[in-house]
Amino acid sequence: MLLHELLLFEALQEGLEEEMERDPRVCVMGEDVGHYGGSYKVTKGLATKYGDLRVLDTPIAENSFTGMAIGAAMTGLRPIVEGMNMGFLLLAFNQISNNCGMLHYTSGGQFTIPVVIRGPGGVGRQLGAEHSQRLESYFQSIPGIQMVACSTPYNAKGLMKAAIRSENPVILFEHVLLYNLKERIPDEEYVLSLEEAEMVRPGEHVTILTYSRMRYHVMQAAKTLVNKGYDPEVIDIRSLKPFDLHTIGNSVKKTHRVLIVEECMRTGGIGASLTAAISENFHDYLDSPIVCLSSQDVPTPYAGTLEEWTVVQPAQIVAAVEQLCR
Amino acid sequence: MALNQIASSSSRSNLLKPLITLFRPFSSSPADNTILTVETSVPFTGHNCDPPSRTVETTPTELLGFFKDMALMRRMEIAADSLYKSKLIRGFCHLYDGQEAVAVGMEAAITKKDCIITAYRDHCIYLGRGGTLVEAFSELMGRKGGCSKGKGGSMHFYKKDGGFYGGHGIVGAQVPLGCGLAFAQKYSKDGTVTFALYGDGAANQGQLFEALNMAALWDLPAILVCENNHYGMGTAEWRAAKSPAYYKRGDYVDGMDAFAVKQACKFAKEHALKNGPIVSTFIQLLFYYRLVSQSNAALERLHWNKQIRYRRQRILCSIGNMTAALSTPCSIIKFFGSFPFIILEMDTYRYHGHSMSDPGSTYRTRDEISGVRQERDPVERIRKLVLSHELATEKELKEIEKEIRKQVDEAIAQAKESPMPDPSELFTNVYVKGFGVEHVGDYGEFSIEIRLSGEKEGSEMPPLSTAEGWCGGRLGLEAYLLGFEGMDFSQILSYTEGNESFNQEAETSRPKLCFGISGLNMKPYTKIKVGYAYNRGPVPHFDPMRPLA
Repeated sequence: MLLHELLLFEALQEGLEEEMERDPRVCVMGEDVGHYGGSYKVTKGLATKYGDLRVLDTPIAENSFTGMAIGAAMTGLRPIVEGMNMGFLLLAFNQISNNCGMLHYTSGGQFTIPVVIRGPGGVGRQLGAEHSQRLESYFQSIPGIQMVACSTPYNAKGLMKAAIRSENPVILFEHVLLYNLKERIPDEEYVLSLEEAEMVRPGEHVTILTYSRMRYHVMQAAKTLVNKGYDPEVIDIRSLKPFDLHTIGNSVKKTHRVLIVEECMRTGGIGASLTAAISENFHDYLDSPIVCLSSQDVPTPYAGTLEEWTVVQPAQIVAAVEQLCR
Repeated sequence: MALNQIASSSSRSNLLKPLITLFRPFSSSPADNTILTVETSVPFTGHNCDPPSRTVETTPTELLGFFKDMALMRRMEIAADSLYKSKLIRGFCHLYDGQEAVAVGMEAAITKKDCIITAYRDHCIYLGRGGTLVEAFSELMGRKGGCSKGKGGSMHFYKKDGGFYGGHGIVGAQVPLGCGLAFAQKYSKDGTVTFALYGDGAANQGQLFEALNMAALWDLPAILVCENNHYGMGTAEWRAAKSPAYYKRGDYVDGMDAFAVKQACKFAKEHALKNGPIVSTFIQLLFYYRLVSQSNAALERLHWNKQIRYRRQRILCSIGNMTAALSTPCSIIKFFGSFPFIILEMDTYRYHGHSMSDPGSTYRTRDEISGVRQERDPVERIRKLVLSHELATEKELKEIEKEIRKQVDEAIAQAKESPMPDPSELFTNVYVKGFGVEHVGDYGEFSIEIRLSGEKEGSEMPPLSTAEGWCGGRLGLEAYLLGFEGMDFSQILSYTEGNESFNQEAETSRPKLCFGISGLNMKPYTKIKVGYAYNRGPVPHFDPMRPLA
């Protein structure tokens, strides 16, 4: 298999470009995506190649350009909306919730909304409270949308392509700090499944469920844990809505202990929903209560040390596993 | 003719046949291709464009069609009123009577390929776009036969093949959607336009201005139509907008005159396709400030920003002048520059309150309502036109109205017979092609047909439980068994995947999942837990012998 090495934002760009090449209905809209090339360079070079209408520079009006994308999707176009930062999409919440999520249902199936809403979120390097938001917890109850989170160049490209090809509205969560990850990915075309979780490291003692940037904290902790003699199974759940209960269930049935590590807030976060889902379905297989490590329920402070303690650190993961496996 | 559209789209019902036969033997029926000219009630005002003339050409067919369509819409809304009061329609019901001229006039000016999108006062526009009475009433009563299968309700009427994009509950949210429709039309170079309707209340929404900006920026073929019925829910427009002229509204059209609406929409469509969208009043006013401040010689040398800052009072005064200017019918204000992009203001009126829970009389007087009804009622205007052009007698028109009444009653009766949606419809159309809501557990509508495989055991047993299971995936479905009641997996000796039906597009939306299982001591089951894995793509085939535990 031939591989080539690239960074995560280049992988996203590759996926996007391949899909735009394949289907003329795919278009991109967002702030600074065209001439500027995207604030994280994901849409670099696309405007010169595909023109200003297909890679549309929008004014700073999230509510209406998201609405516009949804209206265009109702007629059959496949727009990709880029939020410069996921937090800005809060302004478009009405459009995403009511129109994007619900139109397929309230129209009795007449309209499909094959829109992809993507953008970076998550806690970065001292970006401040309003630019360090995790919206997956706010969007997760919206009926009718799908949510995925990418974490490596390989799954970023695959999920981007899958999201564009999906007939459902998909929200693709990227992370500000992961754009410069380097990996070797296959030359040939591949599309990943939007509802599948990824087995990062098989193991026997405990199932650690994670997604996005926390995967790397977990893998770092896993090294420590292996040295200490534990054998954690690490699963990157990738699909935040719906959960891949097949993979997760298999893992729970094997290890009987679950630790969820996420960057969301504790209250009403993805981990909270996942805890509920696992308890409901696999209660008999659990030897101990599910432990959920999430970010603190605070606005992300600016100071570096405080920000570090808002999110879950590898040391905490190690401690939790030791506690769980006692 | 609009009525024919309604006739053909209703499933060959006999309701309309008497009406059509009634149409033929009119006392003085001029030939269909006679052109009649009609004058609109008041002239149009336009900014930055020459408004169309007051004289509208029409044919007898169209004139009578207008009458019938509007009378039908009026009757439908009144019937909806009584249905609501008898609690057959629940929730919110926003009635359109009084505003029918907008729907009918707009329809006459455009094709079905053009798109219309509106807010929640959508029943009549749905009819105009080709919807049938039965579908409308079924949807209002939440029945299966409704246009949105009973899942949308009064505020969510859609008709994709008629170019009607709804039907939206949140005030103003449909305007960016309308710009999106126009964007798609520009993208695919259709030569069609989008009419995005909103009300005077929605005209104060920020997303409207965002949408205006974008439509003007990219020359989208969008025509924004403000159906100004002067009340945003329970608040009059002058109480909701500091400057009603600034905040709304656009090139003035008398919205109670169907021909004025038709002329304006036709003009708007042609203009939008030729020039792109017509500029918004808002942007014009910005330049009006400039005009005003530049007229003062002393300020001419100041930078424009400073002019604004120092001339705030004067600007407000200018707005006042402009408001006065706009409200006189014959004023036409021309500005320099030639922007594209239209907003139309339809000056219309609703007789009912905002919705059925609003009596409509707490914020306006009954005299006002009856005054408008006497002077500007759209159906009456068309009736007078029909009589004055001698296309039908008074008696014939009354016959038509009686017929329409009967039609509506029959449609209601038919809609009442339509069943409530299936419980499984709760989960359909959440996602496309059945993906999404995972049934793990006991849902009455969902179970699996189990047949013991004949080959190994040598005997064919009848199905142990049968039903239609809702499932399906786009690239293929893998179902895995989580468990059975009273049986664990160790007892399953073999498992064969069912028939191909769930790997392809099933004709019915609910294909059956079939498993073949052979095992010992099988008991009949009624409930099976099934989990799904969708869109697997190129992954190893699910190995049934691999234990889940």
